[in-house]
Amino acid sequence: MDKVLEVRNLSKIYGKGCSSCFELTGSEFNTNICPQCGSIIAAHDVSFDLYKGEILGIMGESGSGKSTAVKCLYFDQAPSSGNAIFFDEGKKYDLFELNAAQQRGLANQRFGMVYQNPHLGLNFDISAGGNIAERLLMSEVKNYSDIRSRARKLLMRTEVQTERMDELPKNFSGGMQQRVQIAKALATNPSLLFLDEVTTGLDLSVQAAILDLILEIQQQQKTSMIVVTHDLGVIRLLAGRTLVMKYGRVIESGLTDQILEDPQQAYTQRLVASAL
Amino acid sequence: MNINEKPILRVEGYSKYFELHEQNKIIPSSHDVNLDVYPGQLTALTGPTGAGKSTVLKGIYRTYLPSSGRLLFRTKEDVEIDLAQADEHLILELRKNEIGFVTQFLHALPRQSTEDIIAQPLIQRDMDRTQARNLACEMLSAMNLPEELWGISPATFSGGEKQRVNLARGLVSRSRLLLLDEPTASLDPNTTEKIITLIESLKDDGIAMLAIFHHPELVDRMADNVVQLEPAIRIEKTLKEIA
Repeated sequence: MDKVLEVRNLSKIYGKGCSSCFELTGSEFNTNICPQCGSIIAAHDVSFDLYKGEILGIMGESGSGKSTAVKCLYFDQAPSSGNAIFFDEGKKYDLFELNAAQQRGLANQRFGMVYQNPHLGLNFDISAGGNIAERLLMSEVKNYSDIRSRARKLLMRTEVQTERMDELPKNFSGGMQQRVQIAKALATNPSLLFLDEVTTGLDLSVQAAILDLILEIQQQQKTSMIVVTHDLGVIRLLAGRTLVMKYGRVIESGLTDQILEDPQQAYTQRLVASAL
Repeated sequence: MNINEKPILRVEGYSKYFELHEQNKIIPSSHDVNLDVYPGQLTALTGPTGAGKSTVLKGIYRTYLPSSGRLLFRTKEDVEIDLAQADEHLILELRKNEIGFVTQFLHALPRQSTEDIIAQPLIQRDMDRTQARNLACEMLSAMNLPEELWGISPATFSGGEKQRVNLARGLVSRSRLLLLDEPTASLDPNTTEKIITLIESLKDDGIAMLAIFHHPELVDRMADNVVQLEPAIRIEKTLKEIA
């Protein structure tokens, strides 16, 4: 089994931080706001490994720090401390030691990100096809007709009508925008895909189709994925292993069926019991 | 049976209790279970409801985290692994390649055809899709499932049909160790006979099974070993009392 990502002690504090930040927050204190300095502990001591072709779920309610962890790994935010090593084609990258250009390079070529809000993942001023072209241009493909045929293939793959590839994303439905986002994320054949609440807010039938697509991509391309969601159904369907986060901490982790059928922590037991 | 054959699974002092934080209670389930499972043999778990039979199977599959005891599994490479302690990635690998589980109920994606559901475990082992589908169809026909059902989703199937799909998926991958939880509970006598023949042939191929059967006569017919479980003492203790 090949390891793709190794994350150790990842922490992110919003605010100036103080020596009590970690000691006075977390589950025991029922808060992620430091009572001494008022800083927000968005993530603390998050550690995990991810293997090739694996889907890891990160579950938790709003504000639990699940998106923060992923945003740090995709370089949308800088972590306060911790490290992450990305293994790719025989090379090792110490993610938070790279300079900005190197980080952009990895994010553009080897990583893919699909956000809950398509406005974050897509440029709404250019066409669906243009969005994909933009990402391809940032990597190795430079020839216009190559780019166009590649974009068409990707849209076909994610079941977006290719006749509409020159339309602006705003003309598309929410589900279609997510498909364009996924096509864009897949454009460079990334080895690691981050999915942040990608089906939240979509119709059930659209959710199902998007989830099927994600599973298909994982099976065919052996892409490793981190799926952030508050939806137990999404976790059950996609993730082999799951981390449960609360107040910025990973409070429990395990095989997904074990987390759902034999949760150990009081919080996870409540969460599972309250699922529909 | 070859007297020198080593067990594929040894369960030593397995116990499982559930800590329910909200109710502040400890619920005992399996208590001090000891058993061996050998290649080519079927070990049956018997005992009254509440004796923790399913809990033993779920502990071995790691759907439940064991509270104590060792679950020693011997891999293809003849390495002994304690399933109670093993790394999650290793458990996932073993589930994919060596340990199969057939439960009473079918859990499958509602949008997949029956054929695809059965082929799935084979495709996950990187088998060619066409070959996987062919094997899936062979298995469905061995299960007596009408051919016109193969191409549609089992969502609308009867209980017995769903159970056949479930069994077919569990048996098609020919895992070295099979955990069976009442796999024939809702089947008609005819189909049950077919399943018995199939299970016998899997045994002949060296596949080891640990099974729970609803009907005692199935235990009599198929089991090489029987392990009788007694209910754990049903005293629900509060968390404080334990500590």
